[in-house]
Amino acid sequence: MSEMKASSLWPVTLRWSAPRTITAVVVIALLAVLPMIAGALESSYYVSFATRVLIYALAAIGLNFILGFGGMVSLGHAMYVLLGAYAVAIPASHGVTSGFAHMALAVAVCIPLAACLGAVALRTSGIAFIMITLAFAQMLFFGAVSLKDYGGDDGLTVGARSTLGGLDLSNNTTLYYVTFVTVLVALYLSWRAVLSPFGLVLRATKSNPRRATALGHPIFRYQLTAYVASAVVCAIAGVLLANLTLFASPAYGAWTLSGELIVIVILGGLGTVFGPVVGAIILLALEEALPMLIEATLPDYKSNWMLLLGLFIFFVALLLKRGVFGSLKP
Amino acid sequence: MSALVTRSLVKRFGGVLATDHVSLTVEPGELHAIIGPNGAGKSTLIGQLAGEIASDEGSVHVLGTDVTHMPTHKRAQLGLARTYQVTQLAKEFTALDNVLLAVNARAAHNFRFWGNAHHDAGAMQKATTALATVGLSHLHQAEVGTLAHGEQRQLEIAMALATEPKLLLLDEPLAGMSQGESSAIISLLKSLKGRYPMLLVEHDMDAVFALADRVSVLVYGRIIATDTPDRIRENAEVRAAYLGDGA
Repeated sequence: MSEMKASSLWPVTLRWSAPRTITAVVVIALLAVLPMIAGALESSYYVSFATRVLIYALAAIGLNFILGFGGMVSLGHAMYVLLGAYAVAIPASHGVTSGFAHMALAVAVCIPLAACLGAVALRTSGIAFIMITLAFAQMLFFGAVSLKDYGGDDGLTVGARSTLGGLDLSNNTTLYYVTFVTVLVALYLSWRAVLSPFGLVLRATKSNPRRATALGHPIFRYQLTAYVASAVVCAIAGVLLANLTLFASPAYGAWTLSGELIVIVILGGLGTVFGPVVGAIILLALEEALPMLIEATLPDYKSNWMLLLGLFIFFVALLLKRGVFGSLKP
Repeated sequence: MSALVTRSLVKRFGGVLATDHVSLTVEPGELHAIIGPNGAGKSTLIGQLAGEIASDEGSVHVLGTDVTHMPTHKRAQLGLARTYQVTQLAKEFTALDNVLLAVNARAAHNFRFWGNAHHDAGAMQKATTALATVGLSHLHQAEVGTLAHGEQRQLEIAMALATEPKLLLLDEPLAGMSQGESSAIISLLKSLKGRYPMLLVEHDMDAVFALADRVSVLVYGRIIATDTPDRIRENAEVRAAYLGDGA
């Protein structure tokens, strides 16, 4: 088979010398040693911050599976993050601290919920799909607000991090590495799935659903399966998020977070497996660094840092049509 | 058994009768062409046969199975393959991946998340064969968006063939083609003739009269004549309605 064109979105074989591959390897290597660097700087804050980045990356990997590869623009994926967080906080408030139980509960609730909501939402497409996923997320958001026994509007504090076999998640570095490994597994699984026969049809449903149907593919079944898988990844991100913050709140399901996940996916590179990781790093690092930068230079305008972030996203959208990672040669 | 039978098929758009009680058959190995002026309802009819447009009345049988209320993908699984008047391809895919997508539509176990789609030697073989049949072997790694119009039309046919069809619906395969591209497609269709029952909707009269076993003339959604090409040429009603129209 001849070499793939640079313009092709779907490299069949990984080329180790390609800028994309090199970037991904370097980023993963840096993430792998990050706690050691932070340790040398004696700054545990950065380990927590990096864990948050990875959790966002994980949720974005989940969203990317349907948004980037299936063309389904869900503006409600934060609801599954919310669900995962409450799958930690609610059992914890009853004294159940097992991380396996939290994970099992999150997945067990997420699959039927996503299957039902997805089955309804997928009756539509385009703008209607965006609106209906947003509506479901808002319903879950207000559902969480109405849980008066579990903090309602104020959210629910988690007493301690989940127990996970021999792993001590109360150690920030351990939690970081658990998150890091989860991200790696999610990346590997989505890479395999995208190249699989399932992935070929899923990508076709994005590119030309009419043609895929006319060929005989039952595309609804493919889209729904992808939607559920993507929701489960977000729910797992929610479990990790509640562990990181020791808190679960309706705000985790806010539509703004759903929007942020979309921005991460697009910023990194729609329809690239590794793009969400790059997108999460860039967006969260900017959200962290820009206020500090402005405070140091123009303290009067500190509250206007979002303007700079907006400008950055504007230029990425304008100049790099395929996002930061997606613009690199595969 | 006929490959395709429609009985009194009807489609209304508001007050307009787009398909007016159309009854036609495609016999095994036959190439049945449908001609008609613009707006005669040819594409609507194809859409009804493929299942993209729901019929208001009448029935459609494919290879003896009643498909009148069957969704599009199930009709395709029965062996009904189609091409589109306006090219419908996965633009971001390579030519090979488009055909592979078609091959996989016939695979019994396509719901697989593991294993690389390109490592399925049997499917890849079928895909390359289909590309070779239409003469696109040299372009199998080209992204579809970079192909010339004529090549995209050929790819449409390759995809239809790759599904191992039992009935082909060809919606204006020569639309927008140059003279040279047209003659390549016409000789391709000639080579396919007899191997598949085909329903061909086409504007190009020379092509239709050269290829068809039978020709039906569709005017305002109604079939006004069905006969051999020679007799259709001589049919007074057809000449008045269509051929005389400066065509």
